[in-house]
Amino acid sequence: MIAYARQFQQMAARYTADLRHRGLIQRALKGYETKRDEYKGRFQNWSQARQAASEIKWEAINRLDRYLTEFITKLEARGTHAFVAGNAAQARDYITGVAKKNNVRSIIKSKSMTAEEIELNEALEHAGCTVFESDLGEYIVQLRREKPYHLVFPAMHLTRGEISQLFRDELGSTPTDNPEELTMIARRVMRKNYCSADMGISGANFAVAETGMISITENEGNARLSTSLPKIHVALVGIEKIVPRLEDLALFLPMLAIAGAGQPLTCYNTLYGGPRQPGECDGPEQFHVVLLDNRRTELLADAEQRDALHCIRCGACLNVCPIFRNVGGHTYGTTYQGPIGSVITPHLRGLQNWKHLPSASSLCGACTEACPVGIDLHHHLLQNRRNAAQDKPSLPEKILYAGYVFVMRRPALYRLSAKLTRIFFPLHGMIKKTPLDPLRAWTRTRDFPAPAEQSFHAYWKKRIPERKTPHAAN
Amino acid sequence: MPPTDQRAEVFSRIREALRRAAPHRHAPSPPGAIPGPGDGPPAANTFRNWLPAVGPSPDEQFALFASHCAQLRTELHILSSLDEAAGQLALLARENSWRRIATHRHALALPPAEKLALPTLITNEGYAVPDLEQCHAAITGCDALVAQTGSILVSSGSAGGRALSVLPPHHIVIAQRGQIVPDLAAALSLARERYAPGWPSFLSFITGPSRTGDIERILVLGAHGPKRLTVLIVP
Amino acid sequence: MKVSLFIPCFVDQFYPQVGVSMVKVLERLGCEIDYPPGQTCCGQPPFNSGYWNEARAVARHSLQTFAPSEAVVSASGSCGTMMKIFYPELFHGTEQEDEARQLASKTHEFSEFLVNVLGVRDVGARFPGTATFHDGCHGLRELGIKQEPRELLRHVEGLKLIEMTEAETCCGFGGTFSVKFPTISTAMGEVKCASIAKTEAEYVISNDSSCLMQIQGLLSRQGQKTRCFHLAEILAQT
Repeated sequence: MIAYARQFQQMAARYTADLRHRGLIQRALKGYETKRDEYKGRFQNWSQARQAASEIKWEAINRLDRYLTEFITKLEARGTHAFVAGNAAQARDYITGVAKKNNVRSIIKSKSMTAEEIELNEALEHAGCTVFESDLGEYIVQLRREKPYHLVFPAMHLTRGEISQLFRDELGSTPTDNPEELTMIARRVMRKNYCSADMGISGANFAVAETGMISITENEGNARLSTSLPKIHVALVGIEKIVPRLEDLALFLPMLAIAGAGQPLTCYNTLYGGPRQPGECDGPEQFHVVLLDNRRTELLADAEQRDALHCIRCGACLNVCPIFRNVGGHTYGTTYQGPIGSVITPHLRGLQNWKHLPSASSLCGACTEACPVGIDLHHHLLQNRRNAAQDKPSLPEKILYAGYVFVMRRPALYRLSAKLTRIFFPLHGMIKKTPLDPLRAWTRTRDFPAPAEQSFHAYWKKRIPERKTPHAAN
Repeated sequence: MPPTDQRAEVFSRIREALRRAAPHRHAPSPPGAIPGPGDGPPAANTFRNWLPAVGPSPDEQFALFASHCAQLRTELHILSSLDEAAGQLALLARENSWRRIATHRHALALPPAEKLALPTLITNEGYAVPDLEQCHAAITGCDALVAQTGSILVSSGSAGGRALSVLPPHHIVIAQRGQIVPDLAAALSLARERYAPGWPSFLSFITGPSRTGDIERILVLGAHGPKRLTVLIVP
Repeated sequence: MKVSLFIPCFVDQFYPQVGVSMVKVLERLGCEIDYPPGQTCCGQPPFNSGYWNEARAVARHSLQTFAPSEAVVSASGSCGTMMKIFYPELFHGTEQEDEARQLASKTHEFSEFLVNVLGVRDVGARFPGTATFHDGCHGLRELGIKQEPRELLRHVEGLKLIEMTEAETCCGFGGTFSVKFPTISTAMGEVKCASIAKTEAEYVISNDSSCLMQIQGLLSRQGQKTRCFHLAEILAQT
């Protein structure tokens, strides 16, 4: 088994056994579901809105060359430095280059999964900068030296008690059970950093081609502060974040908030179109937008799964996924978790190394149902499985299915196998739950039914012994 | 040695990738309701049919805005004149022991702020960040009030820069009743009319005081941005 | 109306009473039943694992078996989905594409056949007790079946239907998923069983026997008294 796959199984076993953890996640997500349904219900027609959002993203992605060109042109016209990075290393090098060139010592960062993807913090720290995560959830996991647990809610796996302990250990603060007091502790720490940081780094939720602006959705205000006060603002943006027109946001901003956070709109939705313009009293002197490919063009080339690039990173699919809800975000072992992560990671990080993610799904389809831009997520999981099997079939499975095909194409042989199974099944009772038991994976935790005394086929034959059916009995 | 921009390579990969057509999984329904590729921008009117309903009259819209404010914990005061607004501001200053405030040169924000006769930072000509950080309250104007969401559209032009409306812990917006617009699309159109092509570098929809749900997904106000948001409406 | 039964391999072997019940109900409603004896499997196991050539090889046999049928009624939402939704995709671009589409268009899941094709909601059943309904994911999300089983159950004399909170949440079976990722599958099943237990219903009913195998397997291991039935078994009771 591939190392990543083994790690996945181990962590899945650990987390599913942790009932306290499972309970915490279920409770958190139940609250979200109630709110989400309430605000979806206020839409006059959510289903139509979803369709429109899907079509707009289809247009953006399938005309990506045109809209990306427009975006870059508009950005550069107003003094923004646009850098197109082919891969993670180039993006890291550019950003560390900007930091070095401008003698940047301290950096304040707002939440960016793309930055996680390219492991930017490590590169900046290596270059001698201190990086502060300003988003409360990201700050918490940064202090714990952990990866974000969820695309949108990085610290949802922690209780207030654990956070209080963390702040006491790392910041020397007084322990408290009160979420507000905990938040104020982080606020006080961060305020100093906003005011003194040399550079602010952000991601972006959308890139508006028509006006050359990036759009950032947040609740805390940390992104606004990170991008208002420092002299330099660097935004790292995946090339798939493009939307064609400014007014498209009128649809996407509410849908992102509802699907992602169960809110009608988040507290701040901000558009940035350039560095400080003539006549403006503040804002960064330099604005850099780093557009990242990093194998997104490979996903683009897969016409069947291209719509995975429509993703607005709302996290709705994570929230509804029964696998996510039972194993949690860290189990995935990669930046993008949940159903969308399981769809795109094989493309972004290698099919054979990550094919266990699309396999780890019952294909229930809750993700596809929840996706506000209508990505065909669960079918893409199936397609990834097919691609992996075609690319490098597993010998045991090939043999298994060859046998299976041989039997299932021959009704008489199928019935013979069934008869033999019925005869030998009582023996199963002897090896049940032992290492010899082929059904061990099932019988460890669940009872397995005994075959019926009489199959349906046998019942039918007895029922109408002489009746001639239109099909030749064989 | 800084890395070379890769746009030529990336665009070449994009074009190559797009040679193969992707299926439309969600056909527009009814046909023409949303633009197909190459049809041009959607009328914001089509979105209006699906987003939460907003009444046609300014009074209905204002009532909707007010109800959202209540839910968001945005403090809303409706006043009959700018003088009265100044009075409300004075009340807030006393109740909260403001010692320093910040504002900008805006017809609605500046006069009431000056009446407080407190040490006042005016952002227009630039400011030192530590000075702004010490201010207890910021008084600004805005571009529009959005009925559908209870949001306030601000920009570097209408709100004295980027930081004024987010760094001090209490943000007060003074707006005219007539600044109400039905929805986000209308607000964006208004901004376009007012500013394009010389867009401000910063525009933001503010929807309530700052908040976070990061601790056990429990809502806490005043995460990093202002803990209190007050809107004073004048005729 | 002449109806061909599709009794999936595991129903044939482990839950034949489901097929027997379907026969009872359909004949009560005046249908003529046909059971093509050469049927074996829909091909879902290799399909779900990504071995589509193997799946096609088995599916071709199904295409042949059901080619003469007027209407095909499936005992299982997931196998019905395989034939109705995935066969056209599986055979896309092959010689059997048309055959696959034809079969797809005449395939129905049991509850959907009764309500939408025969137009029947009251099948004259009687089964006193309290029950909760589990929506099999394939039936729910691929075939859009939600109200049909409930309408049928509402007309069962003496039966009280209690909805569980997690009715639409996957039970964790997912075919080979249940043995490839047994810890996750079990955890998902536990969530489902906890939701069932909260309703205090005597019975849990579903339109998918594979789900019932998972749920029953956990309930009996947990020592719970709740009994599992396929929808057809309930409707066959008088």
